[in-house]
Amino acid sequence: MPGTFQESYAQDMAIFRTPLQWGMLGLFLIVLFTCPLFCSDRILTIMTMIGIAIISVHGLNILTGYCGQISIGHVGFMAVGAYISAILTAKLGWPFWVALPCSGLAAGMAGLIFGLPSLKIKGFYLIMATIAAHFIIIWVVLHLRSLTGGADGLTVPKPKIGSLVFMSKASYFYLVMVIACLATFLAVNIGRSRVGRAFVAIRDNDLAAEVMGVNLWSYKLQAFFIGCVYAGVAGSLLVHYYGFASVDQFPFMDSVWYLGMLIVGGMGSTTGAILGAVALKLLDELVTVVGPVLSAAVAAQAAASLALITRGLILMLFLIFEPRGLAHRWGMIKAYYRLWPFSHEESE
Amino acid sequence: MIREPDSHVKLRIENLILSFGGVNALSDVSLDVREHEILAVIGPNGAGKTALLNCISGFYKPQQGEIYFDGQRTTRMRPDKLAELGIARTFQNIELYTGLSTQDNIMAARHALMKQNFITGSLYFGWAQKEEIEHRQTVEEIIDFLEIAPIRKKVVGLLPYGMRKRVELARALALEPKVLLLDEPMAGMNLEEKEDIARFIIDLFEGQGATYPNTPVLRDGIRCIILVEHDMGVVMDLADRIAVLDFGRKIAEGTPAEISTNPEVISAYLGKEE
Repeated sequence: MPGTFQESYAQDMAIFRTPLQWGMLGLFLIVLFTCPLFCSDRILTIMTMIGIAIISVHGLNILTGYCGQISIGHVGFMAVGAYISAILTAKLGWPFWVALPCSGLAAGMAGLIFGLPSLKIKGFYLIMATIAAHFIIIWVVLHLRSLTGGADGLTVPKPKIGSLVFMSKASYFYLVMVIACLATFLAVNIGRSRVGRAFVAIRDNDLAAEVMGVNLWSYKLQAFFIGCVYAGVAGSLLVHYYGFASVDQFPFMDSVWYLGMLIVGGMGSTTGAILGAVALKLLDELVTVVGPVLSAAVAAQAAASLALITRGLILMLFLIFEPRGLAHRWGMIKAYYRLWPFSHEESE
Repeated sequence: MIREPDSHVKLRIENLILSFGGVNALSDVSLDVREHEILAVIGPNGAGKTALLNCISGFYKPQQGEIYFDGQRTTRMRPDKLAELGIARTFQNIELYTGLSTQDNIMAARHALMKQNFITGSLYFGWAQKEEIEHRQTVEEIIDFLEIAPIRKKVVGLLPYGMRKRVELARALALEPKVLLLDEPMAGMNLEEKEDIARFIIDLFEGQGATYPNTPVLRDGIRCIILVEHDMGVVMDLADRIAVLDFGRKIAEGTPAEISTNPEVISAYLGKEE
């Protein structure tokens, strides 16, 4: 019988259980953090954007993947974080390092408010409420001109420590990746501890969860809070990267695509959130490379909507052929490796 | 089975009335459940057995009447509060967390007994980890007691029916309840599975003492069990007392011997002779 044997519950509950797994993690982190040495600025930009998307999708995964409260207003909460951070740094002159956690908290608070309907409504109706949340938030941003600059937007300073300003692509890459790694660490732990199990209990059977001692009211709101804190931090990182905050950075369709990332990656899995964000962002890049070639060869109009068509198609194919997402596929590959040369686990 | 019934009343149900529109699911039901007894609730389909359990566990809010648990009024309390007080139940139609493994389903039921929040939980190492391990030990004892170790890591949605029923019992035990409500724990089972569950219920009621010294719920047993069941053989063997419901009314209450000769019960079950 091949395999690793655990001798304590701590070992059994650990995420990394073999030296090989630890080695792979170390290698991944080394490669990730040496990327700026051998990657072009363009690739670093793509990776920074993926990092920000990962942070945001982690939040959506906690809210939708774990707790089952489907939200199509996630970008709205990113906008809350973005504008709070922008206002605090640009208007009040606060340092970025204070504004970043504040933006997370502010988005979390907004999440609490817009999460209130979830106590009474579920499913389709909750989706409608979260869509409304997005439009209400954008409306408020556009109409609070004195604070947010309205449609003109706000110029936002780059983060800095002492004399080190995060101006270059490489420096911002490091900033985003450190936060993305931290966000992943926290998301994994939430998923495997008491609160995460309560979230999944609510997702899978809310009536049973309540009878088994989970306070639905409190835990649904906690899911909204945590999910939106992630969104707020991601939003803040996004505007500080551009050096500019504008409502155009937070289009409604992006909310749909964040949910799409979660579906492609696999709902209710931290690995899935990462894989989904990477997959759809890389798909976008592929389209921007292929698009111009295609427009020369076929039709300019078709190329313009190529991104939308491919994303939609990919999403549809995943829903049909791999509804549990890339994370499930990844799990199967790992199981195959673990069990080789046997085809399945010995049943007892 | 001969047991000395303790006169201490664990759960007192007083004049409960529950109606849905014009339908009276429970009309004026009063019932005392004593410490140290297995009380069976029987009755034809639609008699209000599950409705009664749903009132006790806080699912339904009765229009009138009161429920007292250990002397404390618990009528119309939220279900999660009642779970914290020590009322656990299983469901007639299995209501598990289908996406979680057996082990996580049972761990999820430790919720009310654990203290970590999302901040300590997200940092995990240290405090939360220690708590997780402590509770994992209890969960493993329950897994051992119910003989479900082989399916520990299996996702419950994929398990066969009998096993899922057993996982649901395990989940109820993990709450370390003082009162256990079992809603048709043997429905749809074959004889062997029924015998297993019956043995578990008896073992659980009597307590396992030194076999599980570190898990109070198994060591001391659950001294108050309410059992809803259709299988009369099981009910007659297990129950200390039986309450009979028919069309939302309690028509009889007594020992198995009394109930089996009660003419009203016989007519409710078999119909009246013309």
